[in-house]
Amino acid sequence: MRDGRGTVKRKAGLRLWLSGGWLAIVALLTLLAGWISPHDPLAQDLFAARLPPFWVDGAEPGFLLGTDSLGRDVLSRIIYGGRIALTVAVIAGLATAVIGSVLGLIAGYYRGWADAVISRLVDIWMAFPPVLFAILLIAVLGTGLWSIVIAIIVIDWTRFCRVVRAEAMNQSQMDYVSSAVVAGHVRAAILWREIGPNVLPTIVALLTLEMGIAVIVEAILSFVNLSISTDAPTWGGMIAEGRISIHQAWWVLVCPLIVLFLTVLAFSQFGEGLKDRFDPVLR
Amino acid sequence: MGSGTPMFRVRGLELSLPDFANKPPLGRAPMVDILKGLDFDIEAGSVLGIVGGSGSGKSTLGRTLIRLLEPTAGSIAFEGRDIGHLDEATLRPLRRRLQMIFQDPMSSLNPRRRVGAIIADPLRIHGLDRINARVDEALDHVGLPGSFRARYPHELSGGQRQRVGIARAIAMRPDFILADEIVSGLDVSSQAQVLNLLENLVRELGLTVAFISHDLSVIRRLCSQVLVLNRGTIVEYAPVERIFDAPEAQYTRELLDAIPLPDPDQPGW
Ligand SMILES: Nc1ncnc2c1ncn2[C@@H]1O[C@H](COP(=O)(O)OP(=O)(O)OP(=O)(O)O)[C@@H](O)[C@H]1O
Ligand SMILES: [Mg+2]
Repeated sequence: MRDGRGTVKRKAGLRLWLSGGWLAIVALLTLLAGWISPHDPLAQDLFAARLPPFWVDGAEPGFLLGTDSLGRDVLSRIIYGGRIALTVAVIAGLATAVIGSVLGLIAGYYRGWADAVISRLVDIWMAFPPVLFAILLIAVLGTGLWSIVIAIIVIDWTRFCRVVRAEAMNQSQMDYVSSAVVAGHVRAAILWREIGPNVLPTIVALLTLEMGIAVIVEAILSFVNLSISTDAPTWGGMIAEGRISIHQAWWVLVCPLIVLFLTVLAFSQFGEGLKDRFDPVLR
Repeated sequence: MGSGTPMFRVRGLELSLPDFANKPPLGRAPMVDILKGLDFDIEAGSVLGIVGGSGSGKSTLGRTLIRLLEPTAGSIAFEGRDIGHLDEATLRPLRRRLQMIFQDPMSSLNPRRRVGAIIADPLRIHGLDRINARVDEALDHVGLPGSFRARYPHELSGGQRQRVGIARAIAMRPDFILADEIVSGLDVSSQAQVLNLLENLVRELGLTVAFISHDLSVIRRLCSQVLVLNRGTIVEYAPVERIFDAPEAQYTRELLDAIPLPDPDQPGW
């Protein structure tokens, strides 16, 4: 609701706190993995295989979320897997946002030949089916963390570019831009100081979305074994392994799946929450 | 300023823009002529009213005068110097002297900047001193309290927003202000207040103003000269009394007939 005057605070707190809290916990656990993780994520112990999680009969106290069929601690593997997922999300997300937004802002504000070149490039780029594109790239680059990051950047910068270009064009039509010209601003300053801040909420919303997408892409690629080396713990790899022993040890599949789901959800909700909370413009 | 030289001397002003709506699939968009050869002067200290129907080219003319647009042909002499084709860097020192108040203050005030920054920014660009004092003075001039500096545009009423737009323009101590339909987005009582304010400022600061409006009753009150525009050409350009007492062009008479006159015999309904 808005009533014209005064700052009207919407009750957006819960969504922001829940999603932000979850992301903070995941980030903290993965950052401090070396100290916090109860076990070595790679240590096998065939005598402790398929131990159930703590709330099921027969659980061992040291293994909160149980062990997989090779006796590796599920919680430790989730923590170390989160490290890979978040690394991919942050690096790929930020790089995609920066490349796409800069090109989008230039195309949308300066128009002319810069726009013609960038827009044409985006059109051609988007004609490639993304999944095929990704597999092709990994085939060329080889598997590994950096290949995933590069694949995401190469494929998804167009998403930012298109949306940011449209928004920059939109903002360029506003009279506050004419008013900045009347004031005597140079063009670069108008783009940076006047239009930039008005496009930023769009970029932030896209960025959190992109981070969620990066987590999913990393999981899918490791699920189909195109991610980093097979024995490194990844959420997608754990889900793939857990699938095989689903009838004997369902927790090996279910635990990383829930964590993956909550993390992706948290990223998208965090973006929405930020927008509600910090946007001074209530429309 | 030397007497004899008007502030603006406009001769043969033409402006064409590409018409993207009728662009053929291949090739260039055709050009549409929006201003078709205009001649007029604006004397220093006068208030020129620009009237005409929607789409007649009023805003385009105004924006060309202060060089938000570049004319296709003709000359715009500002104090004797043709500014029609100056580049942005050469224009910059002139920008301080040529200001504009916009129709829609919601769109013309950056929603993410506070009122104080909105008014101070142009002053900073031109390296003026005592910026804080100037901002306070400008707010005071338009009748807003200094505490409004900390507000965002969406925290103001429509009339207050338009006052901020006026404060931004006058804080620069300009010589010329273009006012493009500055009251048409406001309710009746704010309209009257903003017009009073502008009238006082013109007198107090000795401003030269081009006042664009489709409302002739407002023009009559404010302006000394009137330029009637129709489809990009001047149909009449005369002192305000002549326009109202003895209009020559048919188009002007039609505009005059469209003014709703208060009729004492008819009860209001
Ligand atoms: N960027 C543009 N490209 C092409 N045509 C334009 C452009 N801007 C304006 N026009 C056309 O120029 C003509 C004059 O427009 P302008 O905005 O100057 O009219 P106006 O007299 O201010 O009208 P209003 O009273 O509705 O504000 C219109 O026919 C409009 O369609
Ligand atoms: Mg107009």
